[in-house]
Amino acid sequence: MRIELQKRPVASSTFAYVSPLLALVLTLVAGVLMFIFLGKSPITGLYTYFLEPLTDPWSREQILVKATPLTLIAVGLAVCFRSGNWNIGAEGQYLIGGMFGAMLPVLFSEWQSPLMLPLMLIMGMLGGALYGFIPAILKARFGTNEILTSLMLVYVAQQLVDWVVRGPWRDPKGFGFPGSKSFSESATLPKLIEFGDAHYGAIIAVIVAIVVWFVLSKTLKGFEVTVLGQSPRAGRFAGFSAKKMTIFAFVVSGALAGLAGIGEVSGSVGKLDDKLSLGYGFSAIIVAFLGRLNPLGIIAAGLVLALSYIGGEAAQITMGVSDRATRVFQGLLLFFVLACDTLIHYRIRFISVVKVAT
Amino acid sequence: MDVWISIIISICAASTPLLIAATGELVVERSGVLNLGVEGMMVMGAVAAFSVAQLTGNPYLGAIAAIFVGALFSMLFAFLTLTLVANQVATGLALTILGLGLSGMIGEGFVGQPGIRMENIHIPVLTDLPVVGKLIFGQDLIFYISIALVFGVGWFLFKTHAGLMLRSVGDSHSSAHALGIKVIQIRYLAILFGGACAGLAGAHLSLVYVPQWVEGMTAGRGWIALALVVFASWRPGRVLIGAYLFGAVTIGQFHVQAIGVAIPAQFLTSLPYLATIVVLVLIARNRRLTMINTPASLGQPFVPDR
Repeated sequence: MRIELQKRPVASSTFAYVSPLLALVLTLVAGVLMFIFLGKSPITGLYTYFLEPLTDPWSREQILVKATPLTLIAVGLAVCFRSGNWNIGAEGQYLIGGMFGAMLPVLFSEWQSPLMLPLMLIMGMLGGALYGFIPAILKARFGTNEILTSLMLVYVAQQLVDWVVRGPWRDPKGFGFPGSKSFSESATLPKLIEFGDAHYGAIIAVIVAIVVWFVLSKTLKGFEVTVLGQSPRAGRFAGFSAKKMTIFAFVVSGALAGLAGIGEVSGSVGKLDDKLSLGYGFSAIIVAFLGRLNPLGIIAAGLVLALSYIGGEAAQITMGVSDRATRVFQGLLLFFVLACDTLIHYRIRFISVVKVAT
Repeated sequence: MDVWISIIISICAASTPLLIAATGELVVERSGVLNLGVEGMMVMGAVAAFSVAQLTGNPYLGAIAAIFVGALFSMLFAFLTLTLVANQVATGLALTILGLGLSGMIGEGFVGQPGIRMENIHIPVLTDLPVVGKLIFGQDLIFYISIALVFGVGWFLFKTHAGLMLRSVGDSHSSAHALGIKVIQIRYLAILFGGACAGLAGAHLSLVYVPQWVEGMTAGRGWIALALVVFASWRPGRVLIGAYLFGAVTIGQFHVQAIGVAIPAQFLTSLPYLATIVVLVLIARNRRLTMINTPASLGQPFVPDR
């Protein structure tokens, strides 16, 4: 038997919605197999992973906390990927954003002002944007492969943050643990509910997603992004500059990753330390594709990925399943999303090979 | 003198995994496919090699297992990108993310266990020669394979008919298809070879270079291997030079750290990554060199018409 693809005359709008859902179902099936293989009950497994976190308010809030950076980063990545620019260094831009934003409360810890927080957020975006600008300008000026440069910069950013939290910015009263002093109240993003964990970053993320959705789908700039992404040649005829687009896309996605970084530092952790990222910059790539590069879809996708993080923690505690299983789930999910996307543009035919006697 | 020999041997050890993985990826890219999953296949190879070596007590079986696992893992990528025409960049990333997660899960029980190192070969008389003996006749088997691999691939690509077919598929898949060359089949084989190489490269890490299992122990080496292919402008000989340059940078920064130069360790650790960026820029500036050698169909999907 062999598989043959038949191009659809027009992309299937049904499958544009069905394919991410189908991918989720397939991931669940793979999850069942994985639990059986690990010798755990698949029903308890799936329940712990994907339903239990939805049942109590604490876990629901944690989902919101984790979905915030994922959504912010993925929305930026959607702009990049749609324009045909492969920014896979969002993790680095996220870290540098967190570091830049933390600069103010760390260096001017005495300064109490309502201006502190907005300035921190701006600094965070600036840091991420600058860090995203590096691979962009290298691509625009020299034609350097942006995939590799943006990824290499992740490792550099990790080392840089590691150095500041162990070296110059380390809290002298921190018992030698790496990390800066805890921020004062004026440098902390307020929580949504008192004594809760979810912070205003979640609201910012939703607003950003809606704004970017509007720009991408309703404005000329959004059209430019799509045209240059799908056909750079056609874009040139329309007078759009691919080089300027590279810079634009990277700066936007860097800024949003940076905003996610400072949001996490200021809203969740309350200081800069060496555990700023759980690999959000990479998981956000999955979020972006699961959301079909549509900012509104990405909000939903961000919640799904956040659920897998929280479910993973729960499964680790109650079932003794390794927390690495979460990464496996996420990787499988991306595979299935990409595989199912084929259905949007192609019909799949299974053809049995029959030997014809001659 | 002995100090220099031991430094050169350690450079060989640092370069070998880069060389093997990059050579494999070079073949893949010459066939017109960009597989960004090298890091994932490599780390799967590393964990397979380590766990099989631990369970059987034989590092050679470990290396063989790594080759199989790398090749098998690459078939996931091949099925998605060739049969289902999924986006190659995204699928490669998926392979890396999945590989890092899966290897972490498989290797969890092996963290902290002392590994079994693949012994260096010892040929009586030759290995005991002064100065060059240990360097030329006394290294691990994978090192020799890596050198043979580069020359073998160079010969295959440029001196055999099959190599010519592979390159033609990479340069223009439609023309190759029109000539009756089985584009998809050749690409499957190229990806399989790349996966096997990445697996073996991982085996070298966990059986020779570090002899341990550490989660995510590839630490970006798969990505550096990808950069090396660009650096080498898709020529095997230049991959050899590039891999050894990077090996030298890696070992060099260790020695600078050991001497205790007053530079934070984190800056020295970033050096290989920064060097990669610099090299990529320098190469990209030379447009003619890249234009001539880049496989023209690289990264482009191919759906055969009947």
